Amino acid sequence: MSVDTHPLDAVPGARSDAGTPVAASDPTERALRRRALGVLGGLGVLALAVTVLYLTVDVRAGWEFTLPFRGRRVAAMVVVGVAVAASTVVFQTLTTNRILTPSILGFDSLYQLLQTTLVFVLGSYALASVGVVEQFGLAVALMVGASLALFLGLFGGARRSLHLVLLIGVVLGTLLRSATALMQRMMDPSEFQVLQSRLFASFTGVDERLLGVSAVVVAACCGVLWVLRRRLDVVALGRDAAVSLGVDHRRTSLLVLVVVAVLVSVSTALVGPITFFGLLVANLAYVLLGTQRHALTLPVAALLSVVTLVGGQTVLEHLLGMETVLSVVIEFCGGIVFIALLVAGGRR
Amino acid sequence: MTAPTEVRRAIAAEALTKRYGRTVVVDDVSLELPAGGVVSIIGPNGAGKSTLLGMVSRLLPVDAGRVVVDGDDIARTPGDVMARRLGVLRQDNHLAVRLTVRELVTFGRYPHSKGRTTAEDRRHVDAALEYLDLTGLAGRFLDEMSGGQRQRAFVAMVLAQDTDYVLLDEPLNNLDMVHARAMMRLARRAADDLGKTVVTVLHDINFAAAWSDRVVAMKDGRVAAHGTPAEIMRPDVLGAVFDMDVAVHEIDGRPIALYYT
Repeated sequence: MSVDTHPLDAVPGARSDAGTPVAASDPTERALRRRALGVLGGLGVLALAVTVLYLTVDVRAGWEFTLPFRGRRVAAMVVVGVAVAASTVVFQTLTTNRILTPSILGFDSLYQLLQTTLVFVLGSYALASVGVVEQFGLAVALMVGASLALFLGLFGGARRSLHLVLLIGVVLGTLLRSATALMQRMMDPSEFQVLQSRLFASFTGVDERLLGVSAVVVAACCGVLWVLRRRLDVVALGRDAAVSLGVDHRRTSLLVLVVVAVLVSVSTALVGPITFFGLLVANLAYVLLGTQRHALTLPVAALLSVVTLVGGQTVLEHLLGMETVLSVVIEFCGGIVFIALLVAGGRR
Repeated sequence: MTAPTEVRRAIAAEALTKRYGRTVVVDDVSLELPAGGVVSIIGPNGAGKSTLLGMVSRLLPVDAGRVVVDGDDIARTPGDVMARRLGVLRQDNHLAVRLTVRELVTFGRYPHSKGRTTAEDRRHVDAALEYLDLTGLAGRFLDEMSGGQRQRAFVAMVLAQDTDYVLLDEPLNNLDMVHARAMMRLARRAADDLGKTVVTVLHDINFAAAWSDRVVAMKDGRVAAHGTPAEIMRPDVLGAVFDMDVAVHEIDGRPIALYYT
């Protein structure tokens, strides 16, 4: 075990056997690779299966109506699922913390405040006449604008602490939530019910145009993250290690935060806030894979979210008869996983 | 200065200053460490040793002054270029991700290959693992290893980075006598066999004296003394740096400081 005994001839760079194969050399690495392939393949098949099941089970109204109708919902779930999974994974990488989600920056509270203000000021009747595209545009612009102001303001200055950004996000989130709660208390009860239905995530009745735009934006964001995947692996080691290895940590953080802001804003504006969901799929991906390489965790978390959303929606529509909303199902499961993670972490 | 013919191979701190609020931690330090050999930075707690090393290794922003490595200002040179010249072992090696030893050491090649591991990278990784006697443990997860083994894995990562300069911040933390000596012997060999310049922050002045070519003694954010171990290991010099009586005896031809009683 002692370091003194090793041979002096093992000088790095001094070995001449240049033809060493690049293949994985030790058993752990091979096992991890096999496991990753298995997980990816299994989840791919599973995602396909739940999608086919959702599209084809219990068709009563005829195919030409049912397929486009359900297909639109599946598309919404895929877009949102991928956005939430990718944003959570990279956000956790950036903060080197596995129990955080981007919602800590106050996206949900900002969205809730916006919806509450709209209902409070315009009233549900007048609001119904405002186009969905305008509402979507307003929500996205507000959330992206606010988060950019937060990030750029803080990263541009002399202080460059990511934790400061998070802390201010938490404080602002509390402030916004209090303002929301105040308005909700002053609101007409029937108006409040309209508002409440708008504040639960729902995949029913997503506008087709918005879906198209969101899909393009989410795909572009994922493209950026995929290009950065190897750099993100280094960022996951922590700031100091990343800087030592030559990564421009500040610029990478800023870029990733902007991508996260866009992803979260688009998915929230499209269907509403889903808090625990990202936490659930990101951590499941780490556990299933046994590694945190982004080339694997990003696609696996995305597949997991598609499986969970489409599967959950199938259960909701066909077993529970639409008695509740999907976010209730997901947040219930997410809460349990969260507690299990905390307990497991405490035991280690 | 137009077209310098020869770049001076050295790490140079020029009027380097670091403040936290009104407290000056590193106070206008100018220091040149020529390439080659082992340099130890010693001094009492709070003397600014780790802060100085942190600024040289680009981990801490500089409040005033600059650091020049091989003629290039580290603040103006791209990060990946510097990462191929300076390898850094930090004091705190906590990781949020679960990695095997081999995965960790492979990260040392990132400045060269940007994550696309080549045959050349594999060779460096294997050599670094062997150099630290970790070949048999390459598949183990870091969180299943002892503090000393983990420390060696991080050193292997820095070696795999294949830099001319290696900066070690208190590398003897968490190590017993056996491994502490092995670590210093490794630093010595890295300098002698591989031609690296090793800069370490050490607490034990006897270790510093036994293995270094030069010793930098810091006190209150300034360089109090700088010289060969023989020049530093004197009761008057050490007494002034540490503000305590330190007797120095020659044992087996080496100066040994006695400060235990």
